[in-house]
Amino acid sequence: MTTDLRFPTPPSHEGAEALRHEVRDFLANVLVDRSSLRRADSWNGFDRDFSRKLGQRGWLGMTWPKKYGGHERSAYERYVVMEETLAAGAPVASHWIADRQSGPSLLKYGTEAQKEAILPGIAAGETVFCIGMSEPDSGSDLAATRTRATPVDGGWNVTGTKLWTTGAHQADYMILFCRTSGSPADRQAGTSQLLVDLKTTTGITIRPIIDLAGQHHFNEVHFEDAFLPSGALIGSEGAGWEQVMSELAFERSGPERFLSSMQLLIELVGALQDASSEAAELALGRLTAHLVTLRRLSRGVAAMLEAGANPGTHAAIVKDLGATFEQDLPDIARSLIDAEPDAASTSDFVAVLAHITMNAPSFSLRGGTREILRGIIARGLGLR
Amino acid sequence: MELTEVGAMLADTAERLFTAHAEEIDRAAHEGVWPEAAWAAIEESGLPLALVPEAQGGFGVPPREALMLIRQSGRHALALPLAETMIGNAALAAAGLSLAKGPVGLADSANARVPWGRHAKTIVLGDDVGVQRHVGLDVSTQGTNIAGHPRDQIAAPAEQPSSAGAVPVLALGALARALQMAGALERVLEMTVEHVSSRVQFGRPLAKFQAIQQELAKLAGEVAAASAAADHAADAYASGAEDLTFAIAVARTRIGEAASKAAAIAHQLHGAIGFTREHALHRFTTALWAWRDEYGTQRHWTLIVGKRALSAGRDGYWPMVVAA
Repeated sequence: MTTDLRFPTPPSHEGAEALRHEVRDFLANVLVDRSSLRRADSWNGFDRDFSRKLGQRGWLGMTWPKKYGGHERSAYERYVVMEETLAAGAPVASHWIADRQSGPSLLKYGTEAQKEAILPGIAAGETVFCIGMSEPDSGSDLAATRTRATPVDGGWNVTGTKLWTTGAHQADYMILFCRTSGSPADRQAGTSQLLVDLKTTTGITIRPIIDLAGQHHFNEVHFEDAFLPSGALIGSEGAGWEQVMSELAFERSGPERFLSSMQLLIELVGALQDASSEAAELALGRLTAHLVTLRRLSRGVAAMLEAGANPGTHAAIVKDLGATFEQDLPDIARSLIDAEPDAASTSDFVAVLAHITMNAPSFSLRGGTREILRGIIARGLGLR
Repeated sequence: MELTEVGAMLADTAERLFTAHAEEIDRAAHEGVWPEAAWAAIEESGLPLALVPEAQGGFGVPPREALMLIRQSGRHALALPLAETMIGNAALAAAGLSLAKGPVGLADSANARVPWGRHAKTIVLGDDVGVQRHVGLDVSTQGTNIAGHPRDQIAAPAEQPSSAGAVPVLALGALARALQMAGALERVLEMTVEHVSSRVQFGRPLAKFQAIQQELAKLAGEVAAASAAADHAADAYASGAEDLTFAIAVARTRIGEAASKAAAIAHQLHGAIGFTREHALHRFTTALWAWRDEYGTQRHWTLIVGKRALSAGRDGYWPMVVAA
């Protein structure tokens, strides 16, 4: 039983460390003027220009076949680019979702036409995706989806509402999870995934939802008799649940699941240079041991992905441990440095502390709540 | 991990011995006597030499696989100084001294409490000066750790043997404890899953309650982290990493915390049943509580990691983490 929960040894690749330095040099150059506060917002930093530059370097769609604009490199090389990008606080919002999950999902389940049309744009850093999963009455309970695509002549007629859709107002496409047959009582059965062109499809209204930090990332996406062509279906009709679970394993597997507070940890190390104490050393020692271990676990998941294994349970463990680590950080920082958190402060530490404090609740919500993840782990242990 | 033929053979042998002699070892531990037959069988098997290079009397098992044997002994909460003897022999070999006769008392300083000191035939003492090999030393004060395992003060030797080599005995002892804890934690998780799956309350197995599932998921997370941290340190040893001591410090910091959290959850989920002398859980949890502070305390290793983090500075912090 527990042997199944062992994490494989992280892969290593000749040239990965050279790549790491190449990425670091690139980022140091491109991000030279980026403030600490903006670096702390790495995930939400939307910058098409930056994504395009990554694409030009060949650092998006890295593991995909060359014929779809990919570079046929290893999962570990991709991992190196991802973690260096996040640790530097680069603005990743315009490519992250597409590179991490929408692209891989299309590669796995998409039609040839979809792959040819979409994947090269993602690999070039041009095409932005959002995820149409949550709904007003369907958050953790994804199978309760009420958005419905009804088969009509030549395609689908979609009506329903998606909620908390990150980046929908800036995205080019959405992968929509919805019901295509049966009723909500059928649960997972009768659900499908559809590719939605947000720029050309009529009948879609996108309204902003402001989060508690005052920022606009979330949206409500309302479909009213929106027509999607039959070529919009991803994979098989009725196989949506299986596909979406596979997509979520991609979503939960990466280093973003423990690096959200990285800028705060960096600023804390900086702030402690003049305010050290044994308590600070003990706290930093503990945090650092956690971080090194999380990296190893996360790279183990990359090894599983590379081997074609399903890392669903392992990814849930990394995300659960990672979110706890990220969320503990602001309080640990507050216990070591006197500061009233203020995003407008001229002190990088104080500004970043404010930002992370305000955003921390989301760390154990997005991409699957802590409770859902622990349910998945319990299933992996054979309890459910 | 794919094992070599010799590694797989040793792992099988170890499993067979640990299981066959479990009762004798456990009884001996309770009564404070030495399990003669069990140790003789272990010595006969060659396990104490697994970490010694072939040229110096070992038998060519890759170091990474030899370390897995220590982890395996942790899975059994083995109440014998096998890990100490393996590490002690490796230290002697590295220092160019002759190998130990019988069980080793591994000491990181002259006034350390030596595991199984009263039963040790050879004391291997390693400090900043180097490694010393002592035989025929007396115990000055007998004691035990909270798992009930002997931890004895050794009388100062009449004459000092010369010191050789520079082997980080404290860190290697700490590595052994890290591996033992990772093994014990794995077993604790298994025992807890077994218990909640079979124990019925309110008309259903405990495992069917969400509150129980959530706690078990947390336990699994701590065990996974401990396992990865132990692997991290073991890889550093096997690859001859320049900064082995730091990798071990990281592992001990993380695993010590995992031991605390996991033991607490395991006891909570086992209820009163697990709080008895009769139930096996205490053999693992008391060993975990003791091991997390042996060969350097939790605090000792955490401070080493913390000082390194601080001295890396703001801009050097992430590169330091990646290189760790």
